[in-house]
Amino acid sequence: MSEQHIKLPEGSIEKTTTTLNLGPTHPATHGVMQNILELDGERIVSTEQTIGYIHRAFEKIAERRPLYQITPLTDRMNYCSSPINNMGWHITCEKLLGVKIPKRVDYLRVIIMELARIADHLICNSIVGVDAGAYTGFLYLMQYRELIYEIWEEVCGSRLTTNIGRIGGFERNFNDISFQKLEKFLKEYPKVLKEFENLFQRNRIFMERTIGTGAISAERALNYGFTGPNLRAAGVDYDVRVHTPYSSYEDFQFNIPVGTTGDNYDRWLVRGQEMWQSLSIIEQAYHKVQEFKGADAEVYHADVPEYYLPPKEDVYTKMEALIWHFKIIMGEINMPVGEVYQSVEGGNGELGFYLISDGGRTPYRLHFRRPCFIYYQAFEELAKGGMLSDAIITMSSLNLIAGEMDS
Amino acid sequence: MALINEHIKLRLIEKFGEQVSGFEEPYGMLTFKSPKELNLKVLNFLYDDEELKFRFLTTLGAVHYPDNSGQELAIVYHLHNLSDNVRIRFKIFTDINHPDVYTATGLFSAANWMERETYDFYGVNFVGHPNLKRILNVEEMDYFPMRKEYPLEDQTRVDKDDEMFGRGGTFGFGNEKAENGRATIAEADKPGKGPEI
Repeated sequence: MSEQHIKLPEGSIEKTTTTLNLGPTHPATHGVMQNILELDGERIVSTEQTIGYIHRAFEKIAERRPLYQITPLTDRMNYCSSPINNMGWHITCEKLLGVKIPKRVDYLRVIIMELARIADHLICNSIVGVDAGAYTGFLYLMQYRELIYEIWEEVCGSRLTTNIGRIGGFERNFNDISFQKLEKFLKEYPKVLKEFENLFQRNRIFMERTIGTGAISAERALNYGFTGPNLRAAGVDYDVRVHTPYSSYEDFQFNIPVGTTGDNYDRWLVRGQEMWQSLSIIEQAYHKVQEFKGADAEVYHADVPEYYLPPKEDVYTKMEALIWHFKIIMGEINMPVGEVYQSVEGGNGELGFYLISDGGRTPYRLHFRRPCFIYYQAFEELAKGGMLSDAIITMSSLNLIAGEMDS
Repeated sequence: MALINEHIKLRLIEKFGEQVSGFEEPYGMLTFKSPKELNLKVLNFLYDDEELKFRFLTTLGAVHYPDNSGQELAIVYHLHNLSDNVRIRFKIFTDINHPDVYTATGLFSAANWMERETYDFYGVNFVGHPNLKRILNVEEMDYFPMRKEYPLEDQTRVDKDDEMFGRGGTFGFGNEKAENGRATIAEADKPGKGPEI
């Protein structure tokens, strides 16, 4: 008779909280990450996060790849804004190698990075809308993300994981079609963004869902290592583009939107305002690029013979170009010894690359400082005491991207 | 007065004397090291001092130097003074057979997962950490994969058809079997230093 009794786990009868598994595959978690929630009714008592479902060991792989083969790995970290990861990696390599980049290349890089920032924030804000129940904004805005994809496709050939640019600049000059597509985007997107804002910004239901939920104070945010829009929503105006300008950001005029309470509504507003600022930066950069005339307008990379592939016509006709081509492709270039840390302002915050080189062909150690990984630790503090639905919106308004979390 | 590297170095030497050493400035960032027992003292000093104010932990990671016997694992802290915009790099070294380091989670909540990741990849035991278990790899893994002795791929996997991955070197269209019957790859195809020529 006793064999027919079901054995329950210890303490499971007296338990007063429900355990809910917000599992790795779930329509509301954006990416694969697991949350085990303890709920008291609908209030969250505690959460336990499990990540690593998309861990691809990039840091280990990078120890066996020459520098240009690491760029596709960086694409796949924050895959919503992969050009920023690529440019950040190239800027790190250029810092190690001591390469000076011409201004036109810097301005073109700024255009591409700000387009990536708009693409990232556009997804995040519209997904917050989806999680609150409003699907229309997301579909409407995705149509304009297509325009950004087309611009990237014209420059590098890929839409999402772009592998855009090379150490020293770009692989080809931007052609007229890409500038026409850029002009089309700059003409059409502002009014779409305004319509999207009108849908949500003063919408009573959206405000009730997002104001006051998932709030964090500036001190706790700094202690948790927050950076990017999440930190700026809490009130700290730290932006890597302003603090340690890279790629000629000091030549541009833009504001840093800052929130007050760090709740979901502030994060939504900060991202929305950053999209307007990015549009303004792109317009300024586009005007600056158009000012280059004649031979200057043909400059699209710095002179880095050891890392930048020579033009194919030269490879077939000139000896030196042939030798450089062979050495670069076969990976026989040795890097200078040194250790460098370089960070860029990614869509989620300070994306840092810590590169240690021992003079070999591949990095000795490459460590990625991934903002998503660092601020996801704070999720328990943000969600505790709130309701389950608020936790879902908090998760999406933090813009958690599993690729960046796990590398 | 602007907070410059020379001044930070003087303050550190004034407080810790001989125990902080190895001052370098690669690419402009002041880098120094100290014995591992002092890591919390140095971090607290850099945090609390009203002039230094390094109150933001940018990142924390480890590096494995298998040739430095007795000091194989380096733990590197990158700190940032946001108000004066100064960064600093602080390294401690520990023996790989006794990799015990005091945890910084009491000072920086950000160190929680960063130390778990360092434990997961290198096996550094952070003494006092609230929840030191693997974070990115599976819990059943019993080795620390980022250490230099482990190759990029797991050689013990039997479910991969090496011929399909460009290894094997035979026309048998199957896995090459070693003497113990487990699948292996041909000697010439084992990964070596740097990319294959």
